[in-house]
Amino acid sequence: MTVADVLLLGLGAVAVGAGLCVVTTAHLVRAGLYLVVCLGALAGMFLVLTAELVAWVQVLIYVGAVVVLLLFAVMLTRAPIGASGDLDRPGWPGLLVGAGAGLGLAALFVDAYRWTSVSLPDGPDGPGSAGVLGGELFRSWVLPFEVLSVLLLAALVGAIIVSRPDVGASDRGAER
Amino acid sequence: MHPVVPYVVAALLFGIGGFGVLRRRNAILLLMAVELMLNSVNLVLVTASATVRATLAAAGTAAHTGQVFVLFIIVIAAAEVGVGLAIVLQLYRLRGSAEVDTVPLADPEPDREPEPGPERVVVR
Repeated sequence: MTVADVLLLGLGAVAVGAGLCVVTTAHLVRAGLYLVVCLGALAGMFLVLTAELVAWVQVLIYVGAVVVLLLFAVMLTRAPIGASGDLDRPGWPGLLVGAGAGLGLAALFVDAYRWTSVSLPDGPDGPGSAGVLGGELFRSWVLPFEVLSVLLLAALVGAIIVSRPDVGASDRGAER
Repeated sequence: MHPVVPYVVAALLFGIGGFGVLRRRNAILLLMAVELMLNSVNLVLVTASATVRATLAAAGTAAHTGQVFVLFIIVIAAAEVGVGLAIVLQLYRLRGSAEVDTVPLADPEPDREPEPGPERVVVR
């Protein structure tokens, strides 16, 4: 057990516990805050696994943008103070599928990796810093990167069109 | 570093996310569970990147492909959340609730059409 192992175990326990709270809590807003804890612990795991840039992008985009967006949606749809009892369906099918998928995949990983140990990469090319990752991104993965920018634009336009009530209505009016 | 630790954490998070997707009724909580599943895949990719690079470093072919893919997945997840929340807000505006199991799967029956009054029939 090295320091990295202890850190990974602790942060992983925090992530799994907060994830369980996300899917079981009866408070809408608390689910969002538990999601922040879970994503933060995952960012810490990324840091331990020497993925620096990915960890900070995770904090910026997930914790900074996605969770704020989700909380805005909570406020715009329904903002109950306290617990609400009608958030869940009966849990047995979900429990069966979730536990089956999670424990099955965990057993697969345990069987594949046992208790083998690898040393974390070090040296100038080891950690995934912004320079290293940017060089690789713009050398080997330029085309997917550009396609992703088009995808983001399409998502932006789609979200605007979906949330404008007058677009579909004017079409129907023209038909009439 | 024992790679089995983050791998098992990722598998458990994926199971928790799947459980949440099947259990939750509120569409926003459902999107949060989907985020959990996406993040578990990110963790698998980052761990695989570290493990494979440690093995390949001797051969001189070490690369950060796993971490580049994690960046791509984060971008796709952000786009998915944007469009998904737009749809959820529109659903709430139309129906007054964001619960996924009250959404009718089929088109409404013709006699449940709310608007048509007698004058519209006369016009046609």
